[in-house]
Amino acid sequence: MIPIIVIFLYLAVIATIGFIAFKKGRDNTEDFFLASRTVGSVVFFLSLFATNMTAFAILGSSGLAYRRGIGIYGLMASSSCFVIPLTIFFIGTRLWALGKRFGHQTQVQFFRDRWECDAIGTIIFLLSAAMLVPYMIISIMGGGTVLQEISISKGAESALIPYWLGCAIVAVVVTINVFFGGMRGTVWVNIFQTILFLCFGFVAVMVISHALPGGFGEYMHKLDSDPKTSFLLTRDRMPPAEFWSYTLIPLSSIMFPHMAIMCFSARKMSAFRQTVVIYPIAILLIWLPCIFLGVLGVATLPRLSDPDGVLLRMLAEYAPAWLAGLLGAGIISAVMGSDAHQVLAMSTMFTKDIYVHYGGREKYGEKAAVFFARAFILVVTIIAYLIALNLKEKQGIFEIAIRFAFSGFAAMAPVMIAALFWKRSTKWGALASTLFVAVTLIASGLLQGKPAPPPATAAKPIRAAGINNEAADSTLAKANPPEANSSPEALKPANAPVAESKPTMASAAASGAAKPKVDVVWQVGSTIILSRNPATGDLRFWNYNSTPAGGFMSVVPMVFGSALCMILFSLLTRPPSRATIDKYFLEPTNARNRPVPAPATKI
Amino acid sequence: MKKLLLFLLIAGIYLIHQDVWNWKNADLVFGFLPVGLAYHAAYSILAAIMMAILVKFAWPAELEQSEPHDSAPDQKKGQDGR
Repeated sequence: MIPIIVIFLYLAVIATIGFIAFKKGRDNTEDFFLASRTVGSVVFFLSLFATNMTAFAILGSSGLAYRRGIGIYGLMASSSCFVIPLTIFFIGTRLWALGKRFGHQTQVQFFRDRWECDAIGTIIFLLSAAMLVPYMIISIMGGGTVLQEISISKGAESALIPYWLGCAIVAVVVTINVFFGGMRGTVWVNIFQTILFLCFGFVAVMVISHALPGGFGEYMHKLDSDPKTSFLLTRDRMPPAEFWSYTLIPLSSIMFPHMAIMCFSARKMSAFRQTVVIYPIAILLIWLPCIFLGVLGVATLPRLSDPDGVLLRMLAEYAPAWLAGLLGAGIISAVMGSDAHQVLAMSTMFTKDIYVHYGGREKYGEKAAVFFARAFILVVTIIAYLIALNLKEKQGIFEIAIRFAFSGFAAMAPVMIAALFWKRSTKWGALASTLFVAVTLIASGLLQGKPAPPPATAAKPIRAAGINNEAADSTLAKANPPEANSSPEALKPANAPVAESKPTMASAAASGAAKPKVDVVWQVGSTIILSRNPATGDLRFWNYNSTPAGGFMSVVPMVFGSALCMILFSLLTRPPSRATIDKYFLEPTNARNRPVPAPATKI
Repeated sequence: MKKLLLFLLIAGIYLIHQDVWNWKNADLVFGFLPVGLAYHAAYSILAAIMMAILVKFAWPAELEQSEPHDSAPDQKKGQDGR
């Protein structure tokens, strides 16, 4: 009961901040969507970080570490420490400057003007919205699940807050905050939220360390000495190609509409200075304790059926009730911080890129635009809530959609980079690139969504293509056993219940009863260009060692294919007008001395 | 020259992310922290140092002078609501 009280106090604070921001606000879209571009340095960092970090940083990361070990930090966190600040430094600052000069409030406004083309903006808008919606839905689902799990008292069978109510609470609080406060309310809340979840990891480690007899070292030695769990302390079962592929995923960060829109909101460019330097440290502060505790959980709570709940379970086990509540609030902060920005970003995009762009403001006025934005927030949250409620069992679909969204936004990065840095890039290059991303996403979805073929069928393509299946299997079992075992199911620690009840690919391969097979989708000669993991459905590109999880992740061909489309189609088509190149590539001081460029033309 | 050095710095730090030498190393740093995790934690700090160097030596100061352009009607309309 105590954790629930603490969380409700927290939610009340969030809603109150939204109301105060409403009192301070003005009825114009720039104030509602960007807080009149007045966000200061500290608030900017805290808010940008809250926008970027979802509940996955706490719950998902520890759950993955429970299954796959410490390699998750290098895979996801340290690659983000390198890439995200760089993208903010090179892209975020330029977006800010262009927003300041030309009044852009969304990426689409910039793309439309930069390439003198309405259609390209509308297509990018549709693609971005399609990739963002599943994210919003899963945020509400995540919030509902966390509230449900936290509200289960020790020994009780049912939760005090059922899933539907948990989702409703998260949706209502986020709506109040965004509906009334707009960007101002959202960033004010982010100050509180980010500090809370930045402290989360440190406090959790301290509390659990204090409660564990023998300290961390004893448990780590225990994991190391057991052959079934020793891989968790290394990257023994993490394919190097996957590890490298993941370094492209953080390119998605700056392409997410809510991140780009945040970049427009800073008062001064100096806000970016501190942000890019502190950003890697902040990622470290959140991810390191969560990954460490996730691995530790295998030793302390070895029989978890749902590894994503490992941190919640450890807190319930080792932390006092009031602290568990506060830490639970930290997790909810991560959920709501990003969800609020996603809702606001969707509203900003619809209002600016569709309603205003197609004449809504001219017809009904500026105040009506803010009214439209608020109405949209209400409608979109209700729809997201209803979907979260009715499709709870199909959560996996949304999780897959989010994985696609990360690859998709990462693959859109070449479009942004070309727009900002390559004068010769054209709307046709951008269009080709965007369509390539859309088509590959749809194709990936269709291929991954296919039900896994039975084992016998799965082996067929390899044989039909003339590859010595025995040799491939032998490679799996001898030369590269870890990669054969890297599907999430097979990678569950050997002492986890599911792994015990069902023979995993790992145990099967070792016993020689059955060997992991690769579902070949496309093969040229002896080279597997595209393969599918029969167990997980994950697609792999250039599967050079014929293992289910071997080869590169689909983000690799998507990013490079998108860049190639941009380069080829730009070079083959007419460059943008001189006026547009001057507008976007002359330094601000020189640009002021030039005549005002002609307005963008439509195609 | 400065640009080249900064480029080499970024490229070098990107390359050392792929620490193949730690792949199967299960040693514990300070008796409890797996070396693969400790390495990437240190890498995160290195990334912060790299960004501090970039801010110091490659800050795009010219962008800071950005002022609203005459061709920014959207911004003006967005501000005159009340």
